[in-house]
Amino acid sequence: MSRGRIWALVLRYTYVYRRSVLRILEIFFWPAVDLLVWGFLTLYLEQRERELPSGVTFLVGAVIFWDVIYRSQQGITISFLEDVWSRNLLNLFSAPVRVSEFVGATCVVGILKTVVVGLYLALLAFFLYRFNLLAVGPSLLPLFVNLLLMGWALGIATTALLLRWGQAAEALAWAVPLAIQPFAAVFYPVSALPSWLHPLAWAIPATHVFEGMRLALRGGSAWSHLLLATLLNFVYLALAGLLFSFLFSEARRKGLLVKIGTQ
Amino acid sequence: MGEFVISVEELRKEFLRDRPVVNGLSFSLRRGEALGLLGPNGAGKTTVIHLLLGLTTPTSGKITIFGLPMPEKRVEVLERLNFASAYALLPSNLTVRQNLMTFARLYGVARPREKIERLLSELEIGPRIDQVTGQLSAGEAARLSLCKALLNEPEILLLDEPTAGLDPDIADKVRQLLRRLRAERGIAMIYTSHNMRDVEEVCDRVLFLRKGRLLVEGSPEEVVRSFRCEDLEKLFIQLARERKQDLPGAISEEHE
Repeated sequence: MSRGRIWALVLRYTYVYRRSVLRILEIFFWPAVDLLVWGFLTLYLEQRERELPSGVTFLVGAVIFWDVIYRSQQGITISFLEDVWSRNLLNLFSAPVRVSEFVGATCVVGILKTVVVGLYLALLAFFLYRFNLLAVGPSLLPLFVNLLLMGWALGIATTALLLRWGQAAEALAWAVPLAIQPFAAVFYPVSALPSWLHPLAWAIPATHVFEGMRLALRGGSAWSHLLLATLLNFVYLALAGLLFSFLFSEARRKGLLVKIGTQ
Repeated sequence: MGEFVISVEELRKEFLRDRPVVNGLSFSLRRGEALGLLGPNGAGKTTVIHLLLGLTTPTSGKITIFGLPMPEKRVEVLERLNFASAYALLPSNLTVRQNLMTFARLYGVARPREKIERLLSELEIGPRIDQVTGQLSAGEAARLSLCKALLNEPEILLLDEPTAGLDPDIADKVRQLLRRLRAERGIAMIYTSHNMRDVEEVCDRVLFLRKGRLLVEGSPEEVVRSFRCEDLEKLFIQLARERKQDLPGAISEEHE
């Protein structure tokens, strides 16, 4: 892998944001809307339900943490779609770019988006709701890294599916993370789900992260959840990598790479 | 002429079973040579370019570029060649400079800023350097695409209809540039075009393809003479329309 080529691609994807105020607004607007809706809902619940003293912490923290997955996944899929939309795939893959370099660059874009939006949401939550993200404690960083890894796995898998089905399936870029959200115990514990859904929920790394976050905010230890989340993430990253590699080869065999690139 | 830089043997590509788009094609390209790929729509010209670039993988056959097998040594090969097409645009929402800097870094170009400014100036689009690519005219966009293709000082240029959609003045400038590049740098080229004037002016040799098969091979003058046509354009029409067995100069293929 060439770091120079990865850096070139990272710059290419960030150029888009340097030139477009609308793109930058889009990055900051939707997370802020989510935070406002869930934050105010929780304030309302607190006023009505005195037995939910840490409700704000749970829900506001959940919004910020969920956005880490979403931005990390979007960093990969939207970067790929940028090249599809601009019909640049042919130029890109006729240059000496390895698939691993392309994926590596989009993962870096995912990190950049996640860090920027995460900090922004953390500050917004502090000023609006007096929510301190650092209250999660020392497990904050590993929880964050696990969400980032899950976002990468989702992003790589989604991009592989886009390679297979092309621009017609671009809605997957937004739909895949949202389809997982109801089962990932983001805003409620796993116990709130029907028991037959529990195995599915526990197979999602994010479930362990959100359960761990709730434990940590109540003063408990999140480390056992973190360990499971990390193991699951490595399994899913490996599977997503294999899927991408297989579907990229198939796209070259079937001429789909060219077709997507010139549609 | 120098040694072979591209060698293609019995190349076959099927996107659907038993419906080959490229069918048993063999040819080679020497260093510094310009080879025109001609043929009607659906002849397989663009697919051949994509196979040479490793964007598509062959069903069977062998491609060797600079003595290295493709697509197995894709990255090593692509570092030494480049590609421009009227159908592969550079991102319209980036500036000319941003687009070229991206590709200069991808190709590991030394002193990219100077290189970009010099190439843009040579191609007479220097003043457009900080303009958004989407605001360029078709002629400027085609020259930008060529500029990208020259960034890494390629030994081979693969050009897929580089003058498509250009007015005669700009098309002529592009042809002049390509001739100059060949003369000065000895770049080998594979050139697809529906514009026979392009081919006559730029190419030493042409391969006429129909339904993925090689029909005629030779210099533009030779093939025109052997078919007793007035020019390459008339020959193109004749070859595209007539049945193969009615063509006295066509290459026979035992497996047809």
